Amino acid sequence: MSDTLLAVTNLTMRFGGLTAVNALSFDAKRGNITAVIGPNGAGKTTVFNCITGFYKPTSGNIAIAHTPGTSLLLDKLPGHAITKKGRVARTFQNIRLFGGMTVLENLLVAQHNELQAATGFGVLAILGLGKYRAAEKAAIERAKYWLDATSLIDRADDPAASLPYGAQRRLEIARAMCTNPVLLCLDEPAAGLNPRESQALNELLLKIRADGCSLLLIEHDMGVVMKISDHIIVLDHGKKIADGTPAEIRSNPTVIAAYLGEGDDDDPDAPIAETLAAAQ
Amino acid sequence: MAYALQQLVNGITLGMIYGLIAVGYTMVYGIIGMINFAHGDVFMVGAFVGIIVLTALTGVTSVPMGILAALLLSAGVCALYGFSIERVAYRPLRGSFRLAPLISAIGMSILLENYVQTSQGALERAIPVTVPGGIQLMNENGFVVQLSWMQIAIVVVTLVTLAIFTYIVTKTPLGRSMRAVEQDAKMAALLGIDTNRTISYTFIIGSALAAVAGVMFLLYYGVIDFYIGFNAGIKAFTAAVLGGIGSLPGAVLGGLLIGLIEAFWSGYATVAYKDVAVYSILAIVLMFMPTGLLGRNDVEKV
Repeated sequence: MSDTLLAVTNLTMRFGGLTAVNALSFDAKRGNITAVIGPNGAGKTTVFNCITGFYKPTSGNIAIAHTPGTSLLLDKLPGHAITKKGRVARTFQNIRLFGGMTVLENLLVAQHNELQAATGFGVLAILGLGKYRAAEKAAIERAKYWLDATSLIDRADDPAASLPYGAQRRLEIARAMCTNPVLLCLDEPAAGLNPRESQALNELLLKIRADGCSLLLIEHDMGVVMKISDHIIVLDHGKKIADGTPAEIRSNPTVIAAYLGEGDDDDPDAPIAETLAAAQ
Repeated sequence: MAYALQQLVNGITLGMIYGLIAVGYTMVYGIIGMINFAHGDVFMVGAFVGIIVLTALTGVTSVPMGILAALLLSAGVCALYGFSIERVAYRPLRGSFRLAPLISAIGMSILLENYVQTSQGALERAIPVTVPGGIQLMNENGFVVQLSWMQIAIVVVTLVTLAIFTYIVTKTPLGRSMRAVEQDAKMAALLGIDTNRTISYTFIIGSALAAVAGVMFLLYYGVIDFYIGFNAGIKAFTAAVLGGIGSLPGAVLGGLLIGLIEAFWSGYATVAYKDVAVYSILAIVLMFMPTGLLGRNDVEKV
């Protein structure tokens, strides 16, 4: 259960003169929840964007091992193939649902590739025949499974944009899971959630891990990070400054310095520093 | 009364044809945010394929079979045109500045017009077969309201085509992926949808619809030339804007409205000024409803 699923090696991403990520290397183990934390501007989202094909890294490799011993370079794949072949899914810091489509349709879009393959160039889909019908049924079953898991089953036929904020966040996770990923990347899934929703999110993430999907998580809410992560990676100014279990990170002096030492009065990360200090 | 009914029949028939072309404009706009000015010329190519097939089949098959063959072949050929146009003229310019594909579209339009002009001749071409007769709806003091078989055929074919099209867009995986790409192309790609392929499908479907409209136009008017795509294209574009560009039901509604305005204006005012009437109404609607009749009020994403 502890072999490497995702290996990031010497990842560098430059935007003009700005180096957002500098020679970063880390591993995420199979079956783990790996959290990436760090002050604002540390390069966390940039790392995510490189992993999920939004950016092409300036240099370095990102490899995923679907089964132990194999390796597929994600940075060499075109955008849409990262989900299809790389089996990496993600959610965003700001919600990007298809607002005009229903909740169920959002989940079916995510299963486009399986469904499209079964349509026989669209002919079977129009006639509603043969293996397309079976594929559609399977797709709806999988959608129902994740709607149940995110307790959205009652809202299945409502437009996604009409859901309350917390439910939209859960729907994004459900949609990502419908692509059948081996690695789910979540960019601040707890942002804007109330404590009760945050608790429900923890349970959902643990369920996803129990179902066999590994997670990579960017999160500011230390309540979530410390409780559910198996491994934490701390970034600052595009570099890895620490790497370890929640207990190790909590007592790591470099991490505390990064959060406390350079923070000023209007540092938006101040609450995290306090949490870290309190956790001491 | 009888006269008005006749104009209504004519207007609906014409409006159906505009609506079919307008759907192609609105689809492409929805998915890649550009106006495909070559679309009207794909419609024209469709009409020419139709006339070639009908000429070849005259006397070989029955007239309805000939028309069916013309529809299918024309849709197939135009689908190929639509695919190639996107591949050659628009895809290489994706990600370039906004006006680049627009200029390329105008170039493609001129290319198609000249290509048909040189290969098919600049003169008007007349259809070899017609279906005479129809149903007499009403006879008021000798004024006969006629619903011709041709008009019935046009309305039926258009409705069937639109029904198939609506089914594809709302119920199939292809339609879902088209709507997803339209709403957020990057997110759709992240969910494993090949956006380039989806855009190709959009052009293929839109062009096939234009081809059906082209054959319908040919059957309705009986004569075509290489320049019909310009006028019909601009009218259909107007229809798409009137209905709210990006909205599929809006395109059909806009097409019907423009057909009706044209028919009634021609019937009660002067034929010469029918285009003035159409564009004036467009201008007035856009003044009060800038997004068109069924257009969405999209807030720019941040």
